Amino acid sequence: MFTLLQVELYKIFKRPRTYIAFIAIAGLIGIIQLGLKLDGDAYVNFVMSNVEQSFTFDGKLLNGYLVCYIILQLLLVHVPLLIALVAADMVSGEANIGTLRLMLTQPVSRCEIILAKFTAAAIYTLLLLVWMAILALFVSIWLFGTDDLIIQKTRYLVQLSKDDIFWRYVGAFGFALLAMLTVAALGFLLSVFAENSIGPIVATISIIIFFTILSTMSIPIFQKIQPYLFTTHMVAWKEFFDLKVNADNTALKGTLQNKSQIVQSAWILIAHIVLFVGVAMFVFKRKDILT
Amino acid sequence: MLLLKHMEPIIQVKNLSKQFGDIVAVNDLSFTVPAGSVYGFLGQNGAGKSTTIRMLLSLITPTEGNIRFFGLPLQQHRKEIFKNIGAIIERPDLYGYLSAYDNLKMFACLNGMHPTHLQLMNQLEQVGLADRAKNKVKTFSQGMKQRLGIGIALIHNPSLIILDEPTNGLDPQGIADIRRLIVQLSKEQQKTILLSSHLLSEIEQMATHILIIDKGKKIIADSAAALFNPAETIVEIETTNNIASLAILKASKWQPHLQLNRGPNIFLKMHHDQIPDFNRALFNLNIQLLMLQPRHSLEDYFLQVTANSNSDTLILNH
Amino acid sequence: MKGIKILWIAMVALFITHNSNAQDETALIEKVKQKLDQVHDYVATGRMKTDVAFIKAPVGNVKMYYKQPDNFRLIREGGISILPKGGVTVNLNTIMATKSYVALFAGNTVTDGFPTKIVKLLPINENNAIVLTTLYIDEKNLLIRKAITTTKENGTYQINMQYGRYSNLGLPDKVIFTFNTHDYKIPKGVTLEMDEPLTDTDRKKMQQKNGRVEIDYASYTINKGLPPGIFNN
Repeated sequence: MFTLLQVELYKIFKRPRTYIAFIAIAGLIGIIQLGLKLDGDAYVNFVMSNVEQSFTFDGKLLNGYLVCYIILQLLLVHVPLLIALVAADMVSGEANIGTLRLMLTQPVSRCEIILAKFTAAAIYTLLLLVWMAILALFVSIWLFGTDDLIIQKTRYLVQLSKDDIFWRYVGAFGFALLAMLTVAALGFLLSVFAENSIGPIVATISIIIFFTILSTMSIPIFQKIQPYLFTTHMVAWKEFFDLKVNADNTALKGTLQNKSQIVQSAWILIAHIVLFVGVAMFVFKRKDILT
Repeated sequence: MLLLKHMEPIIQVKNLSKQFGDIVAVNDLSFTVPAGSVYGFLGQNGAGKSTTIRMLLSLITPTEGNIRFFGLPLQQHRKEIFKNIGAIIERPDLYGYLSAYDNLKMFACLNGMHPTHLQLMNQLEQVGLADRAKNKVKTFSQGMKQRLGIGIALIHNPSLIILDEPTNGLDPQGIADIRRLIVQLSKEQQKTILLSSHLLSEIEQMATHILIIDKGKKIIADSAAALFNPAETIVEIETTNNIASLAILKASKWQPHLQLNRGPNIFLKMHHDQIPDFNRALFNLNIQLLMLQPRHSLEDYFLQVTANSNSDTLILNH
Repeated sequence: MKGIKILWIAMVALFITHNSNAQDETALIEKVKQKLDQVHDYVATGRMKTDVAFIKAPVGNVKMYYKQPDNFRLIREGGISILPKGGVTVNLNTIMATKSYVALFAGNTVTDGFPTKIVKLLPINENNAIVLTTLYIDEKNLLIRKAITTTKENGTYQINMQYGRYSNLGLPDKVIFTFNTHDYKIPKGVTLEMDEPLTDTDRKKMQQKNGRVEIDYASYTINKGLPPGIFNN
């Protein structure tokens, strides 16, 4: 199994396509950072204009933590597309070039192949997020420094002390990994059915876009189905950036406002991953390889 | 290494069938591949050869029947069995973005090997690709890919080699190379080889055993020695008046040799050595001969299969 | 604007008719001012608590810098401070820094258990940011217990002060700053948040328009000079 995983990773990282995502993320993050570096205050003023009617802020509002939050907010909607590019190609791509049948005539079981392939896709996803974390968090901290993080929620403003942020990012990236693994698992499942990679890639992206639109539109009829869409739960990483207040309305450091929401969403995503990979395995084990 | 039980056939297939919806691709097929044989699997395109081979390699699940390798059922012992099989199915599709060396190394690892650089280079040397070891496979010709495919199939020194249409798409030199390699593997290394083809000539030259299938059904399976038995030679004649000639032959001492209802021409089965006598007899019986063609029974079977279908894909090439 | 003008005219009229009374209060104000003027500058440390319905802010250590006549800055130690606009006026001294004003007596009352005199302070300069300040002055101790200030741009806010260790200099131990807040709502599409169910207490809280900032002063370093450039930012 370990050899198989090594082989799968080797295949992933020997392909130029794999690096598109890494380059794209570096490019996007770089552009956001450059933009904020050049004209970040205007951006912050614009975003905060609502509260700045009544309040003044003294301190480094535009700091590395905020930049990272902005990047995550913008990027985590699009990273699924990059993940689909690799995950939805894992099985179908090999069916397309014909190497799948060569793989399957080796002394390895189909279950092992599926698990190794998904694990490889998961490691790719992990590395992509680590790459994103390095660029979005550490480079932003290096470029913009640190200070408290002030975030606008739908109904309120949250101020997080700068010594109360890092663990939240660890949690948020961990949760984002779960969310992205769900995307990877979906792409992976679709790739089992197809004999070329374009179909499952496009299908995965379409499903994500479609569900995300349903998840974010505040129309009552959509709101009823939103709890059942995995895309709704994919944004729960933001819950790491909200804290509890005591009776005096003082924020309590190190707390999470909606811990149960995070846990629940995480379980829902894990259930999706298990389901998608399980179905993929079930289908793949019975699939006749005709290519 | 799997311990082969003494005298156990390498492959035993019993009542194998595969249906795709309403289409019966393989119909109740049974055969046995003895150890050390070059087993020729002959049939037209679409006869069910590839489906059968894919079932043997567990790429396709049979609708019915069972398969045993080395005396062990395939389903329960797939992994052990596959450690002793090297296979190429149709085209040798490899990872184009990897080098020949990397492709070879990867599949060696999948077979549980930890190959040394020397081992890998030796293998590439054997298939004549040592000088292209570091080149990406996407730059290779079809023949080079096929040779690399064979190198991969053989890297773990399997006792059974399954080759599905191995000369497809190759130039004459490539075809000759593959043939030489198969003969060498069989004679020098005592490997068992299952070889499928739609080319009679290919099978004829190498096989020790032959199975012909058509429309998923077995037509004949026997040793080459039996199928090429001179006592079983088929003679086809065409005369100026086939109907009259047939009547004359029916009344003659050649009557037991006649093979009836085979087509417009007249067919007889006899020992190869009897052909001059038969020729003289035709002259004496005053039969006006236009054509006389002897062929061994394998070729004859093959022609029968062709005659019954509209396909022109069977190539008789002597 | 029109309302303010009318108010202004009314105030001036009041000033003319009750001129003698007003003189008295100017003296009181001047006395309070003299007391406060003992402090030329200070650096104070303390803790700030923000209580605004739609802001979740942690309690933070703050440092305050003051220099006569009206320079004031509050810095959150290791963090960003969110202050109601016009935050400079958190400090009494700045309110009192107004040079020309009219002080009108408006009655007596009890504030935080202390008898206080209500004095309306009207700046004469029409361009002053402060429109009107109502002071609740503890005449006996010469301490301002409460101040309600109406500004031109930032609404009305109230400052309650509790004195202790530095009452002789007129510096409070605790300041509670109450102010009006604008409603806060941004469209959901912008934030892409998950929809949390809104509870009744949440809703009640949201409707509460007043915000509070409490500052507990831990220590003052008085008349020892200030780091240069502290008010430049």
